[in-house]
Amino acid sequence: MPDGMQTVNHEGVIVHEHKIGQFIGVWGGLLGLTAIEVYLGYQNMQPLKMLFILLGLSIVKAALIILYFMHMKFEVRRMRYVLMTALIVCLCLMTVFFADAARIISLGVRQ
Amino acid sequence: MADVAMHHPAAQAFEPPLFRTNSKKLGMWLFIMSDSLTFGALLFAYSYGRISNPAWPMPFGAQSILRASIMTFFLLSSSLTMVLAVRSATHGRMPGAVRWLLATMALGTGFVVLHAVEWTGLIHEGLTPFKNPWAAGVPQFGGTFFTLTGMHMLHVSMGVIYLGVVALRKKWIPILLVLWLLAWLLTPASSPFHYGAHVLLLGAIVASVILYFKPKQYDAVDVEVSGLYWHFVDLVWMFIFPLVYLMSTRIT
Repeated sequence: MPDGMQTVNHEGVIVHEHKIGQFIGVWGGLLGLTAIEVYLGYQNMQPLKMLFILLGLSIVKAALIILYFMHMKFEVRRMRYVLMTALIVCLCLMTVFFADAARIISLGVRQ
Repeated sequence: MADVAMHHPAAQAFEPPLFRTNSKKLGMWLFIMSDSLTFGALLFAYSYGRISNPAWPMPFGAQSILRASIMTFFLLSSSLTMVLAVRSATHGRMPGAVRWLLATMALGTGFVVLHAVEWTGLIHEGLTPFKNPWAAGVPQFGGTFFTLTGMHMLHVSMGVIYLGVVALRKKWIPILLVLWLLAWLLTPASSPFHYGAHVLLLGAIVASVILYFKPKQYDAVDVEVSGLYWHFVDLVWMFIFPLVYLMSTRIT
């Protein structure tokens, strides 16, 4: 089976073939983004600003790993939507604590 | 699940699985989603602590950042060797897949060893889960740092054991027991890794139960499923490295 092809096996499961060059390209991209993060780590930035920039770069890296290394890009669309939507919604639900956390920063804790 | 449905005598017509993928792979994805929430909660807690404390300690000097960068390189490279193992297994080249799996395990072990060196250095400087020598007003630094990075180190160790089971099967058990003895006897009793090494013994026991009570030849799907777990531990480090190390870099 040549690289970059997909076939369906006897169980109805889609089997993919991947090109090595694609994986090496993603690996190089991830190393490049890491180098940018290390450079930013030595810039004297406001912690909140740095958090958002580093978090943004980490999300890009996570997306590359999920899409290419974990093969999510090559799964059927309904699997991508079901799994990723559930994960993103659950992670976003955790931010409900931030409203209370912000109140503590501005008002302080009762002694 | 899909296999059972396929071979059930009542099945009259062929029906492909809903997600057109193997049920083992789907099971691993569900585990990864639940584990993501565990790490998500820990990372949210750490990040909030970091942002809300202006006096947050900055203990990571150039040497720590260099070490953590090498650790990141190890994990990213191990993900590359892992996809190459999956590719070899998909092509039916199991000896090649085993070689790539061993390379992945070597890089993962290198990551754990470097992380242990990092932890030991910080402990010698006086960091404990309840206090740190850099900022007395932020006692939660040690607790959050050790919980987050320790949890990840445990996942990487379990990943190496898991890949060893897939690659070497029963041959892996004596190797794992030798590694356990070395890790246990060569670390001083004051080190957390002296007792932490027992994770390897626990792994050897669990692996023995699986390999002796349910022996099988692992195929391409098993390699791919183990790969999903391995990429997940790599993915989590992509958040821990910047949020824990780079957000607390000591700039001189």
